[in-house]
Amino acid sequence: MSTAALLLLVALQASDPRPVVVASKPFGESYILAEMFAQLLEARGIEVDRRPGLGATEIAFRAIRTGSADVYPEYTGTGLLAILGERPASDPKKVFDRVSREFRRRWNARWLPPLGFENTYAIAVRRATAERYGLATLSDLARTGRSLRAGLTPDFIGRPDGLPGLTGAYGVRFAEVRALLPAVKYQALAAGEVDVIDGYSTDGLIARYDLVVLRDDKRFFPPYEAAALVSGGLAERQPAAIAALTELSNRLDETAMRRLNQRLEVDREPVGRIAGDALAELGLTAAPADAASAERRQEGSLLRYLWERRGELLGLTRRHLLLVVLSLAAAIAAAVPLGLALERLPRGAELAVRAAGVLQTLPGIALLAFMIPLLGIGLLPAVVALFLYSLYPILRNTYTGVRDAAPDAVAAGRALGMTPRQILRHIRLPLAAPVIMAGIRTAAVINVGTATLAAFIGAGGLGDPIAAGLALSDTRMILSGAIPAALLALGVDGVLGAVERVVRPGG
Amino acid sequence: MSALSADRVSKRYGSVVALDRVSLEVHRGECVALIGESGSGKTTLLRCFNRLTDPDEGRVLVDGVDVATVDAFELRRRTGYVPQDGGLLPHWRVRRNVALVPWLRGEPDAAATDRALQLVGLEPDRFGPRWPRELSGGQRQRVAVARALAARPAVVLLDEPFGALDAITRADLQATFLTLRRELALTAVLVTHDLAEAFLLADRVGVLRSGSLEQIATPAELRAEPATPYVRELLERARVVG
Repeated sequence: MSTAALLLLVALQASDPRPVVVASKPFGESYILAEMFAQLLEARGIEVDRRPGLGATEIAFRAIRTGSADVYPEYTGTGLLAILGERPASDPKKVFDRVSREFRRRWNARWLPPLGFENTYAIAVRRATAERYGLATLSDLARTGRSLRAGLTPDFIGRPDGLPGLTGAYGVRFAEVRALLPAVKYQALAAGEVDVIDGYSTDGLIARYDLVVLRDDKRFFPPYEAAALVSGGLAERQPAAIAALTELSNRLDETAMRRLNQRLEVDREPVGRIAGDALAELGLTAAPADAASAERRQEGSLLRYLWERRGELLGLTRRHLLLVVLSLAAAIAAAVPLGLALERLPRGAELAVRAAGVLQTLPGIALLAFMIPLLGIGLLPAVVALFLYSLYPILRNTYTGVRDAAPDAVAAGRALGMTPRQILRHIRLPLAAPVIMAGIRTAAVINVGTATLAAFIGAGGLGDPIAAGLALSDTRMILSGAIPAALLALGVDGVLGAVERVVRPGG
Repeated sequence: MSALSADRVSKRYGSVVALDRVSLEVHRGECVALIGESGSGKTTLLRCFNRLTDPDEGRVLVDGVDVATVDAFELRRRTGYVPQDGGLLPHWRVRRNVALVPWLRGEPDAAATDRALQLVGLEPDRFGPRWPRELSGGQRQRVAVARALAARPAVVLLDEPFGALDAITRADLQATFLTLRRELALTAVLVTHDLAEAFLLADRVGVLRSGSLEQIATPAELRAEPATPYVRELLERARVVG
């Protein structure tokens, strides 16, 4: 059954006509640029499959390399330091030439000519902090010693052009370094939870929170020119798409980009409208690409927000349910028979159950990331990851349930001539059924929750608005995914509860 | 020919000797009680007769046939068995529990099921549709006896069948069992730690200690001539308690 389901998925994916897969990293500017790519391609008659907020550098680039995504906005400095792992260089032209050559040679991936603006790291503090410590440059920051608390994105903490490089170049030290998601770091800074954050120089929120960006007086941060990073496959398959994307080259300056970011992050306008307006202003499209998306954003209650998006949310819920049902069905088909078999092999049993338990301890996002090189992005890797997650509760409960089922009855059945098979079929299995169902219900609820992470590898579902909402600091958007997901978890548990009452043995 | 016989049967569990060259004959229609402390080997010996345990050495014969040569499941299905705790299947009603062995033998017989319930003093129409949890401890044990008898076995093995019951209920069940074994001419092996019960129910009593058979004799012979100091001590203690 599980194999059949997987084969079906593979077949479904293979039979898709292949539109251009436009991905982005999970932050506002990346969403806007990707949406501009998408609308521009559509305006040139090219079909597009949007995967906004696919994942951070690792995941997004891996998708390009493996061909599961065709294009996403990337920055030359990131390519040089984070992907190629080379030393920083300060000349933008040299950096671009270097990444162009190396990406093409190693992965057949292409950097299209840059879009025209740089978006480098910006180390920002509250205005009050800047005044109190007299901070204007990063060298000033180094002089504060260990008195300030930093809230940095995990990405920045790990990459050589991030915290480690900054520490080396300036000798910057902090009292404490906390890893914060991009979505929350500005709020954390504004609320005084941390004193220093990393941002991007084009962030619209820098103006909103009246932050002071510390000048990179030693020119440590390498140039981060934005450009479209394109898979080799697309370049060979659809030169028309490359031509369309190249129309954007050198058309956006830093001021224009910061304004677009502000419309998204501060004014909370829909990405589709911002991108459409931007393309129209540049004269690349006739009018805002999508008249419907130009509607004024409706202010109102959360319920109203949800109601207005009911069609979209229903589609996402269906998709979410598909992920859950496929992965859970496969997990039941695998773990229940395995659990029953383990009852006969007590020596191997604990080992097998613990192995499934180890899978459970892998962070969801890590397991999903592991799936990308093996299975690409989309439905299949998400279903496989969720399948692996669902194994442990079902396996553990099945094994424990049949092992511990009514030992007196099992002993009597054996003494009166029941075969081990009959004991399993007529005593252990029916008596363990409620315990097995409890395991399935646990797995189902975990599965519904974990499936929201599937959005990060482009599998869709209710994680889409959650990921986008996190990236855009839009609570209502987050809730529009989280509330249906919670209801779905309750619903799935309720249905399984009804099944449990049916399979519960008498007596 | 004996109905049951054990011939120099030995069984070890690791370094623990459960049975040490035990020989025993049970005649047709006879009830033999095996008595001893925990770990004396009495239950292990009982379990050799329906191949729940296979001895390391020695032979076990049923009707003159070496049990090692017969199918264990078939042997168990023609041997009645009553465990201490009843061991009723909690998700089966009383009637289905009693019908277990005929069903396993592929010869379901509703009349035999009802007859077995009547034998142990339970009205079939009243108790048959009940769940085990709806019965008292004594009633559950009666159902276990009915289940052991439903397929009309020639031999019944009982492993401390009345040990977990209160004194009054135990006396009732002992009386029922006494009547049954006489009426049905059962060959029975009864494991117990209660000497009074052994003397009441059995024709002969075998005393086991650390895997060895100290003495096997009728109650009268045991009282008159205890073969070892252990048997004498056992008798004296039972009299004090009894």
